[in-house]
Amino acid sequence: MDIDKRQFLKIMGISGALWLGSRLAGGLSSIFGIGDKLDKKALADAGLEISKTLPSVNALKAKQWAMAIDLRKFKTQEDYQRCIKVCDKIHNIPDIPTKQEIKWIWEEPYDAAFPEQHNEYIENQLKDKPVLILCNQCEFPPCVRVCPTGATFKRKDGIVMMDYHRCIGCRYCMAACPYGSRSFNFQDPRPFIKKIDPDYPTRTKGVVEKCDFCAERLDQGQMPACVEVSNGAIIFGDLKDPNSDIRKVLSENFSIRRKPELGTQPNVFYII
Amino acid sequence: MIEKAFYGSKKYWIWILFLLALIGVCFHFYLIQFTEGLKITGMSRNVSWGLYIAQFTYMVGVAASAVMLVIPYYLHHYKTFSRIVILGEFMAIAAVTVCILFIFVDLGQPMRVMNVILYPQLHSVMFWDMTVLSGYLILNLLIGWTTLEAERKDVPPPSWVKPLIYLSVVWAISIHTVTAFLYAGLPGRPFWLSAIMAARFLASAFCAGPAILLLLAFIVKKLTSYDPGEEPVDVLSKIITYAMSANIFFLLLEVFTAFYSNIPDDINSFKYLFAGLQGHKELVPFMWTSAILGLFSLALLIPPQTRKNKTSLVIALVALVVSTWIDKGLGLVVAGFIPNPFDKVTSYTPTFPEVMIAIGVYTVGIFILTVLWKVAISVKQKAIS
Repeated sequence: MDIDKRQFLKIMGISGALWLGSRLAGGLSSIFGIGDKLDKKALADAGLEISKTLPSVNALKAKQWAMAIDLRKFKTQEDYQRCIKVCDKIHNIPDIPTKQEIKWIWEEPYDAAFPEQHNEYIENQLKDKPVLILCNQCEFPPCVRVCPTGATFKRKDGIVMMDYHRCIGCRYCMAACPYGSRSFNFQDPRPFIKKIDPDYPTRTKGVVEKCDFCAERLDQGQMPACVEVSNGAIIFGDLKDPNSDIRKVLSENFSIRRKPELGTQPNVFYII
Repeated sequence: MIEKAFYGSKKYWIWILFLLALIGVCFHFYLIQFTEGLKITGMSRNVSWGLYIAQFTYMVGVAASAVMLVIPYYLHHYKTFSRIVILGEFMAIAAVTVCILFIFVDLGQPMRVMNVILYPQLHSVMFWDMTVLSGYLILNLLIGWTTLEAERKDVPPPSWVKPLIYLSVVWAISIHTVTAFLYAGLPGRPFWLSAIMAARFLASAFCAGPAILLLLAFIVKKLTSYDPGEEPVDVLSKIITYAMSANIFFLLLEVFTAFYSNIPDDINSFKYLFAGLQGHKELVPFMWTSAILGLFSLALLIPPQTRKNKTSLVIALVALVVSTWIDKGLGLVVAGFIPNPFDKVTSYTPTFPEVMIAIGVYTVGIFILTVLWKVAISVKQKAIS
């Protein structure tokens, strides 16, 4: 096919205008939220498996996931370690032995977990009792408020999640979190993972991470891993459902939360 | 006008080459950080911001301080500032650039920095800080460059600059207020959770910034015989004296509230800074140096005899800059993380590569300042002759 310079420029001009037009249309539709619907419909029309990107039909659903940790049922070191180890294992958490460590769920002594409850003469049983610490999945999370990119966000079921691909690693969320729940990958974590579990993504250097209530397991219809191995010492459920297990234990037992005075509405309760 | 930066004495070129070489050396350390990650810094899970963010905070103040020249000159038509106001505006440009670079080198994923603009989060103070800082950079570039160009052509500045100048006054206040809000709005950091934070920031900015400007102007006077005049120095040192007094007063307000209320959360960070906490005393000698130098600078600045004497003024200004730098560029950010949410102390010491990267960023700032001031002074000197 012969085309002269004039035709060539014409074609280039038209295709350029079309490209620009489509970019603008794309931009506008994403602003007005049309894009998502169109994309899903287009996927379905093309016979593509959109189910792969959606949660399983067995997915556990809730209005607000919450956890109650029954400290009375944690008796031996083994009780704590079971919960910690399973989490470390399935989430590919690196074992970095420095101040730049990564932690999702770990132990702190009672008075460190609840410093505002400071009481020198507290009962012996509680004095040095270890407490499991994890992200509180706050109803009003300061980390989400401060994040400049939306890399940390709250799902409809109340879980505060991380987008490891959007995080720029500014660590503002770590300054904002009043619970010390967040860890930053100061380095490539992969060499520090004993055995990589291919079912869960490893992270890259320069992003923040934390516990996400095993959102990936809930989406498959499974309970969070620590709950599963706790032998009933950790109760998990929908806080907004008056008939849920968690509402039952909370209504029958005395529970406390970490730093409730900060107004974050933490969703991890401790029965003491 | 930029061509003025390409004609200079041998000394000027040696200085430029020295700065470029130093930037090159420091950039090497940044490349190490870029590949290895922030693990090469002294920061940790508990003290997750360090030297970089602290320098950022300090330099926002230096940038904002240009307003201390702009207000008298443009709002009160205080014409004796005519030879120094451009130096202030151009220093603000260098300072804001340093701020932006300090944020950049602090990022774990610097290649994703545009995500802040691609996914703007209006509820994040950091988004607003980025907005006001870049706005301030553009404002000062526009205003400084246009007014200088007009002067070179011996015509009055175009009328559209006036509204921008008024805007820049408010904007200067905003950059340091929003930077204070970065800290003052966090629920779990009692040391920062203070309504007076923005006021403290502004007070320390309005003494430290002009102090740095005066010291630099003295150096320039020695090197180029460009003299901003006696009177602006006198007026600026008065401004510095008032601002430093306010700065120390505000700090004492914090100390009173913390210690008289006797609330441990409010006391702990101060204890860590000035006495040590849980056996950690890393910052204690620095903080006392800061306190003593701060009071010493006031002792020299308040009596007119020592303030008007060139030698004692220089000593006072150096003491003031060191004092405020330790307070804001070292203590304030680190102490906010100490103790951590579990009431434990994790010490923080910047590492050698971290310090080199910080020096590199500052050197970029000095480079920009050198070029801009070279242009400004060349134009001004020509206008005089």
